[in-house]
Amino acid sequence: MPRSLPGRSRGSRIGQSSSGLNGGASIGRLLSTRRRHPLAAIAVLVAVLFTAGGAYAALAPTTSQNVQAASSTQIDEGRQLFAIGCSSCHGLNGEGQINDNGDVLGPSLIGVGAAAVDFQVGTGRMPLAAPSAQAERKPVSYSQDQIDAMAAFVASLAPGPDVPDEEYLDTSQGNVARGGELFRTNCSQCHNTTGQGGALTMGQFAPNLTGVEPRHIYEAMITGPQAMPVFNDQTVTPEDKRDIIAFLESVQNEPDPGGLAIGRAGPVAEGLWAWLVGIGLLIGMATWIVTRSSKA
Amino acid sequence: MSAIVNGAGKVVDFVDQRITASNWLKRNIRKVFPDHWSFLLGEIALFSFIMILLSGVFLTLWFKPTMAHVVYEGAYVPMRDVGMSEAYASTLEISFEVRGGLLMRQVHHWGALIFLAAMSAHMLRVFFTGAFRKPREINWLIGVVLLVLGVAAGFTGYSLPDDLLSGTGLRIIEGGMLAIPIVGTYLSSFLFGGEYPGDDIIARLYPMHILLIPGLILALVTAHLMILWYQKHTHWGGPGKTNTNVAGAPFYPIYVAKAGGFQFIVMGVIVLLAATIQINPVWLWGPYDPSVVSAGTQPDWYVGFLDGALRVMPPWEFYIFDHPVTMSVLIPAILLPGIILTPLALYPWLEQKATGDTREHHLLDRPRNVPVRTGIGVAFIVFYILLWIAGGNDFFATILEIPVNWITWFIRIGIFVLPPLAFFATKRICLGLQRRDRDKVMHGRETGIVMVSPEGEFSELHAPLSQAQAYQLTWHERQLPSDPGPATDANGIPNPNYRSKRVQARLSRFYFGDVVQKPTREELESAHHDGHGAESAHRDELPSGQQ
Repeated sequence: MPRSLPGRSRGSRIGQSSSGLNGGASIGRLLSTRRRHPLAAIAVLVAVLFTAGGAYAALAPTTSQNVQAASSTQIDEGRQLFAIGCSSCHGLNGEGQINDNGDVLGPSLIGVGAAAVDFQVGTGRMPLAAPSAQAERKPVSYSQDQIDAMAAFVASLAPGPDVPDEEYLDTSQGNVARGGELFRTNCSQCHNTTGQGGALTMGQFAPNLTGVEPRHIYEAMITGPQAMPVFNDQTVTPEDKRDIIAFLESVQNEPDPGGLAIGRAGPVAEGLWAWLVGIGLLIGMATWIVTRSSKA
Repeated sequence: MSAIVNGAGKVVDFVDQRITASNWLKRNIRKVFPDHWSFLLGEIALFSFIMILLSGVFLTLWFKPTMAHVVYEGAYVPMRDVGMSEAYASTLEISFEVRGGLLMRQVHHWGALIFLAAMSAHMLRVFFTGAFRKPREINWLIGVVLLVLGVAAGFTGYSLPDDLLSGTGLRIIEGGMLAIPIVGTYLSSFLFGGEYPGDDIIARLYPMHILLIPGLILALVTAHLMILWYQKHTHWGGPGKTNTNVAGAPFYPIYVAKAGGFQFIVMGVIVLLAATIQINPVWLWGPYDPSVVSAGTQPDWYVGFLDGALRVMPPWEFYIFDHPVTMSVLIPAILLPGIILTPLALYPWLEQKATGDTREHHLLDRPRNVPVRTGIGVAFIVFYILLWIAGGNDFFATILEIPVNWITWFIRIGIFVLPPLAFFATKRICLGLQRRDRDKVMHGRETGIVMVSPEGEFSELHAPLSQAQAYQLTWHERQLPSDPGPATDANGIPNPNYRSKRVQARLSRFYFGDVVQKPTREELESAHHDGHGAESAHRDELPSGQQ
């Protein structure tokens, strides 16, 4: 409560001073009489900064306009972003770097195509937080426009797989049953039968595909990130890829008619439940039966 | 009403006058069974087996045990137009089209997991309490065979739906067979009717699963129960409970009601699991295709230890006359089950040999009172759990986010290091508990009341145990290692059996050498008379509630 008092008194003082001002003449008089006020210089500085900032915001070209405008500008922007965010490992021109010990610091990106950039940066795997067995999915660091710019730059280095056409990402056109067969034949070895993923050697793993965007699944198939092989369009046609994505989407949205899914993880989880819950509950019941009777 | 009762009485009397069964009935209907929660583990197995039989009969009405190829046109849309075997298609039909079919499938599968878990728990109970000792060795042996049959029933059933997961399991079994030198390829060829997978195996597993194995289980369960009935149940010692009697409730009416009630509880828990938790969703695994092995492929828990052994076994193969001998499969898949089962089956005799104890035992051992046996049991459990973890190494690697190779190496080393450690630790814990029991009997229980004497000495008050409490801690027999006797008799004639007796004495010392003996009568009396004058003086001041 005491805090409100000074505020109210200050307000009343402002009210008094403003009540004495009338029209433009009074403003000019105010400026001239107060120009030597200790805060005058700061007020002028603030006013100038606001004007300059506002003008820049209004007049400067926006990035999105730029991307649509000219591809060469986009490549240039991509080159700049690449130089800042990627070149420390991949080299200024995406040629890759090998340090003195012979370890690959960053692989060459010549010929990996726009799809690889869109996948790696679009899922947050790149830029890498720290060297590890495998780059992990994490929050994305760039806007889609910036990713597109870097993708355009990398694609300009040499021809490579491009980001997929919308037509092949439209899962409503896919055949779920056929996609399931293709998935089991080509993908389930690592990603399990419904895409929950699984362990690979030395800390590498096939990630869970639940909730991954169709675009990124498609790009992973054509670029083969990390330990994943490349499934090019001759091996698995774009239509096949669409079927696979449709299957994944279908199976993820499928309800579990049997009850709790317990991770759809199969016998290990089921065994744990049988022992911990099933036998545990029954032993509890057995104890109960015995104690009740001994009291009776 | 009374007319009906009279009529029934007349019928019973008619039968009884001709076959005179009432004496036999009277004797058996009043059979006494002791009460303890651990005695009900076998019942869990029995009741879940009944549940499996009932749900299994239901499933046979729709399941088609054939590998004939069909194109699926059923209700499960994501499998439409996919080629599969009729076995798999009919499993989908049971799951999605037969009313109550999915529930019955899940009852059958959860029931099987519970059945095997209950058998294992029952067997551990019998082991740790020494209930397998003479005269119950035969029932122990039947139990071991039942466990093996249970695993066989489970595995054949797991394979029947012909889905991707179970097909991979069969492939591993085939691999194990092929690893058997000389006859392996023939065995595999006989079982599968030629090359794997052929189109006979489902039709061959089916009669084993629904007829042969359940028939054998049923017969052996009957024998198991008849022997139990005849030999009477073991029980814990205590006031009025000795090696020559059985104390408990009569079969009729108390035990019938109790066991009957427990039967419904067991069935209720299984149905509850089946109704709320999805098990083996074969529609997600897909039909079997020999060219596909999916990640995350595991067997049901009771085969997990074998799969685990296969996973952690280092590669090892050599050639004899150009014939490969694949030790990396032969050891974990074929030799390991024998290495585990043989000592398990023979344990009652092995222990008898070691301890030289050939008397009958109807009183159970508290696990702490036989530290070495308890240690062996825990070491085996640790060994088994390590193989279990190995069987899910990929699963645990994903969950714990550690490299799968670490788990493999942890198991490879742990399987040799941890069981002996577990044996040692368990034995020490048992000895500590025994020492505590002995202290309680000699000096009474700790009251938590600390007294200061006029000299400034702190001491805790001990309250003596009641007669019954002290008896609970001392009813067990004194276990002394056997003595080989002198090598030569008084006349200097060497004892021809001395060598074997010395070996037996050494084994007996391994079993009983470190056991903390319960106090003797003299020890007890002197403990109660000497050095406790001050304490007993204080004891009189204790409020009666604390004594």
